[in-house]
Amino acid sequence: MTSLLATVAIPDLLVFLLGALLCLVGAVSILTVKNPVHAALSLVMTLFGIAVLFIELQADFLAAVQIIVYAGAIVVLFLFVIMFLGVDREEDLAVEPIVGQRPLAAVLITALMASIVALGLVGHFEVGPATQTGMLHGGAGNVADLGRSVFTTYLFAFEATAGLLIIAVVGAVVLARRNNPDDHVAESQVEELA
Amino acid sequence: MNHLALPTVSYAALAPILFLLLGGVALMVLSALSRRPLAAGTVTGYSVLIGFGALISALAEYGHVNGAGPSSTVASAIAVDGFSAAIAVTVSVVVILASLLSHGYLRRMQIDAPAYHVLALTSASGAIIMAAANDLVVLFLGLEILSIALYVLAALNRRSAKSEEAALKYFILGGFSSAIFLFGIAFTYGATGSTNLQVITRTLGEGVAAKPGLLLAGLGLLLVGFFFKVAAVPFHLWTPDVYEGAPTPVTGFMAAAAKVGGFAALLRVLLTAMPQLSTNWTPVVYSVAVATLIGGAVLMVVQRDAKRMLAYSSINHAGFLLVGIVAATSAGISADLFYLFTYSVTALATFGIVTMLAGPRDDDAGIDRLSGLARRHPAIGAAMAILLLAQAGVPFTTGFIAKFSVIEAVVGHGSIPLAIIAMASAAVAVFAYLRLVATLYRTEDIATVDLGYDDSLTDGPAAFAIGLSVVVTIFFGIFPAALLDFGRTAVAHLLP
Amino acid sequence: MSIPLSWFIILATLLFGIGAFGVLVRRNVLVMFMCVELMLNAANLALVAFARSLNDVGGETTVFFVLVVAAAEVVVGLGIVVAIFRRRHSAVADELSEMGG
Repeated sequence: MTSLLATVAIPDLLVFLLGALLCLVGAVSILTVKNPVHAALSLVMTLFGIAVLFIELQADFLAAVQIIVYAGAIVVLFLFVIMFLGVDREEDLAVEPIVGQRPLAAVLITALMASIVALGLVGHFEVGPATQTGMLHGGAGNVADLGRSVFTTYLFAFEATAGLLIIAVVGAVVLARRNNPDDHVAESQVEELA
Repeated sequence: MNHLALPTVSYAALAPILFLLLGGVALMVLSALSRRPLAAGTVTGYSVLIGFGALISALAEYGHVNGAGPSSTVASAIAVDGFSAAIAVTVSVVVILASLLSHGYLRRMQIDAPAYHVLALTSASGAIIMAAANDLVVLFLGLEILSIALYVLAALNRRSAKSEEAALKYFILGGFSSAIFLFGIAFTYGATGSTNLQVITRTLGEGVAAKPGLLLAGLGLLLVGFFFKVAAVPFHLWTPDVYEGAPTPVTGFMAAAAKVGGFAALLRVLLTAMPQLSTNWTPVVYSVAVATLIGGAVLMVVQRDAKRMLAYSSINHAGFLLVGIVAATSAGISADLFYLFTYSVTALATFGIVTMLAGPRDDDAGIDRLSGLARRHPAIGAAMAILLLAQAGVPFTTGFIAKFSVIEAVVGHGSIPLAIIAMASAAVAVFAYLRLVATLYRTEDIATVDLGYDDSLTDGPAAFAIGLSVVVTIFFGIFPAALLDFGRTAVAHLLP
Repeated sequence: MSIPLSWFIILATLLFGIGAFGVLVRRNVLVMFMCVELMLNAANLALVAFARSLNDVGGETTVFFVLVVAAAEVVVGLGIVVAIFRRRHSAVADELSEMGG
């Protein structure tokens, strides 16, 4: 512990531990709670923890976006759908898991995580050459760097997200549209034929 | 620093993507603005025209690259090379055939035609983006454009509960594999300092790090993500259920477009960005190829449902395509390009025929329904027989040339055992295909059983597309030289 | 000195693993979606940590694109869930009316 304190500043350590704790407690409780509303709230906790870690990593803008978009929009969408469908209907939505997948999943994922963690603990995380895409400043300077990179290096990726949003819009309309009455008539006719 | 220099954009090189993407957007706007619902025929015609536009611009790009050599555009995010042009040609052909094949189906099932075509066109643009991506972030976005549109398409059959469940299963496993893929991108980025494929290969060329833990973790995660997407054993568990439940024309589109996009991206990442790591990834791809070849062929034999059987057939084909990647030579890549094109055409048309037979709710594709088809409807039965034999790899069809050139490439690379396993797998698969062909020509029960599909057999556009596919399958099976050369030239102009 | 990179990566790996386990084990579809979101967030954390360590903007920009992908995925995924629920719901209603008749 003394060596840790020698290398890491105490405020940094505290912020990291707080963020990590929020993330892990949230993540584990998503796995364990029964009620999907509680799971959604646990997800908010994890997302908040990640935002704290973003601040520790001097990505202030992303921390704000994380809270606004994830916690503010995506989780609200989840909650909306859970409420819309009724929380007591969990069983209705259960899909059949693939046979024998649980023990297999546990073994595979533990092996994967253990190997990556082990690599980290023995210091095998050797990163590549620095600053190949563009300079990254900390804190407030960060936004300008991000903006510049979105409209230069990642311009095509930025334009391609338009395709994704179109799919999301059309998909939502198609999926959520109620079957129109003509459809029901046709369907009953088909039933009679069959 | 106040001036932002936007990167130069070569619109000609992006034309196939723009045609499909903007074509989809324009169709969406048109159908929203028009007072009456657009006629199904108009929409199909529009979609076919867009497909032709993409095809012509892809061929133009191919010709341009042949003269000017490979390059990249939009700040090196998109590769302008023969490989991406060849994949764009394949995807455009898939779009044209899939639009024709879906026409009658959409009308029979009263599915909103503009929505279907908007999603199909956008999805196809995702496949081209994946093939042309010169940056892992762009590749990821292409993958998501392709997949998310397919999730919606899989749910479109409102008459069968299986459709939405298939969509859900596809969505969950697709999202899962995308997340794995993204984690792989993060690790690769950390290990190499960039997401750009050329920068990655340059960094790797300067010497793989002494402690490549991150790099190998990234490579492993990327491979798992890819194997999920191309349905390689043991990551194939979603495939039979999704193929069975999805609307049959969508299954055909999925089998063609998703496989083309997935394999194109896999080829590009492994062979242009990470050739230095081939000692690490070859054993993995090798063992997955063996598992996929054997698993696909053996499980295909025991299926009782035509769509499930064709799902395992597509898994078996994925095994052959992986064999081409193990070869890792330009012969292997061009063999895979030929394979992808010919497989897409035969698979689409096969699913097109199954569409006609799957009943008024499109939820019953039991093999019994094919019984005696060739006696009732000789033309469609014969087409089905030819397409199945082509998938089996019978001589004088494209399937034979495709399998032969993949195996030839891997023998040239020196992996004789893999070539033998591939041939054995092909032999087992032939049994399954021949059993289905024999069912087509069965004589019993023809007069007594009414399967209620005679209506759907008189589907003009679909019949035309199936006929066209059969002609392509036989023509390039007998005269493959032109198409093989097309692939070789494309690979010769691969962006390094 | 600030926190070492490996701590962030190990944390991201743990979150990713928990998410992956949840997708494979939980049976409630909505919770499975949340676990996929958890996996995407683990990847985001890794990307930002690498970006800071490399002093490179690429990783942080990638997080934006992941946000868009996550949003599109959630919209479509929840749309599919709602569609299924509607069918099940009406199926239950059909059974009831059959019993009554």
